[in-house]
Amino acid sequence: MSSHNLTKAVLRAEGLPRRRVKNRLMEALAWLAAAVAVGLLVLVVWSVARRGWSELNLDLLTKTPTSGFLATGRQGLANAFVGTLVIVGVATLMALPTGILVAIYLNEFAPPPVRSALSVALDVLNGVPAIVIGIFVYGLFVLGHGQSALAGSFALAVIMLPLVARSTMEVLALVPSSLREASLALGVPRWRTTLSVVLPQTVGGIVTGTTLAVARAAGETAPLLFTSSIVGTQLHWNPHHALQSVPVAIFELSESPDPQDHARAWAAAFVLLLFILLASLGARWLATRSRRRIATSR
Amino acid sequence: MTEEANVSITIEPTVRVETSRQPIPPKERLERIFHIDGLDALYGGKPALKGVTMDVYKNLVTAIIGPSGCGKSTYIRCLNRMNDLIPGFTQTGTIRYHGQDICAADVDPVAVRRHIGMVFQRPNPFPKPIYDNVAWGLKVLGMKDDLNERVERALTQAALWDEVKDRLKASALSLSGGQQQRLCIARAIAVKPDVVLMDEPASALDPIATQAIEQLMNELKSEYTFVIVTHNMQQAARVADMTAFFSISRGDEGHRFGELVEYDATEKIFTAPSDRKTEDYVTGRFG
Repeated sequence: MSSHNLTKAVLRAEGLPRRRVKNRLMEALAWLAAAVAVGLLVLVVWSVARRGWSELNLDLLTKTPTSGFLATGRQGLANAFVGTLVIVGVATLMALPTGILVAIYLNEFAPPPVRSALSVALDVLNGVPAIVIGIFVYGLFVLGHGQSALAGSFALAVIMLPLVARSTMEVLALVPSSLREASLALGVPRWRTTLSVVLPQTVGGIVTGTTLAVARAAGETAPLLFTSSIVGTQLHWNPHHALQSVPVAIFELSESPDPQDHARAWAAAFVLLLFILLASLGARWLATRSRRRIATSR
Repeated sequence: MTEEANVSITIEPTVRVETSRQPIPPKERLERIFHIDGLDALYGGKPALKGVTMDVYKNLVTAIIGPSGCGKSTYIRCLNRMNDLIPGFTQTGTIRYHGQDICAADVDPVAVRRHIGMVFQRPNPFPKPIYDNVAWGLKVLGMKDDLNERVERALTQAALWDEVKDRLKASALSLSGGQQQRLCIARAIAVKPDVVLMDEPASALDPIATQAIEQLMNELKSEYTFVIVTHNMQQAARVADMTAFFSISRGDEGHRFGELVEYDATEKIFTAPSDRKTEDYVTGRFG
């Protein structure tokens, strides 16, 4: 192209109008796809909120359901919220240290073949359907011992582990190797370098990964149906017993003939949705913050 | 910063050798700190460096010069086992440090690096306050007595104290590139190593920061032994007592590897080299 003639005639000869139309069309399609994705989210949140509106009040969080058809007064799902808190909390205590240690081993110490093999294994674990994990834990703990919140926590921890480990590995890989070398060249042992120089750089990323894993675990139903679903209506904190949880409560209320129960299920779903939304937003905020911190230290 | 450094900027292709340097003591009075014998370094089985044999002497500045890809950095990183961290790296031959083989099975690489510190090509301060950058190594290595004095002394030796004494709590990342590199030098010398390896310490710095670093090497060599890799011949001519010239050779199957061509007093290398390749390189005909 030696010509520097920019007149319209030349551009038309090169097929510019047709390219311009194509460009517009593709841009519009991309916009549409993005709008559909956002629209779906808005639709879900809105419809859940609308249907649960009548039961969306403080009693939902503070009162327990009264059993029997003579029940009067407002009812809540406090036992389910407490149960979810306990089950997911214990699951986090199990998955977080394990996931971080797995990630540190794979990223800092493992020889490359081990690293790639175990990374694939983590991805496979991440892809195992929740119900399969539920059956697995059912066979492992529940058969013979009965249901318990601990069994439920273990099942959720299995779901959380690959999420925590993978996200920790990602931030560990972002820590420049020059920082590790700086510490090692002083004659500092590797474990100390990892603990004092590398890990502090990754706190934001680890928190992000954990938050996302918690959000995911809080909404899991299938594993809990197997491990922690035969429950009463009282409020319990003891993880050795089966505890009610929000997703299981929603599932059970949805099968009730009472329309008020349906509304309560929608309200609980809305609270769960809100929690996951806020957790994800918080995680994103932490992620950008920590990425900025690592970037400035390069 | 003192302005008495007699560094001259040369425009002509030949390297002007500074004459104010102290003459090297006779060989019998030099103490051998490294004895490297038949060192081969390989990445994934492919040789990057072949058959390096040389001695490094105590309280001298030894420069390693040569074209890109001649294995200078690989070589200097062998001296404190920094290459251990690179997957697929292997080496053969021996490196004796005060007579002890640093690659022997019972030698701990952490102990090696404790005695042989390193300053890297790009400044890599910890993302911590300036004070903590120097103090952290001291604390971890148990040199906690007189911490403040040790930090001040290291920063003074690295010619940085006056610039940072009023903002020791500021982040090290707020310093300029040259200041960061001097901070890295302070961090390295604070823990009192025996040898300081410098892998192109001034390649990312402006001339003034470069001059500051060269000057401090000159002042500190009575206490430490320096080995410096540089692609800047003027720099080698200015700071080094001994200079080793590395070059690239081609093997039988056409792969390239680095080798030591000539190692001698700096004056000799730059004024009367005995190898043709060295002469071509230092006169700017090649490389």
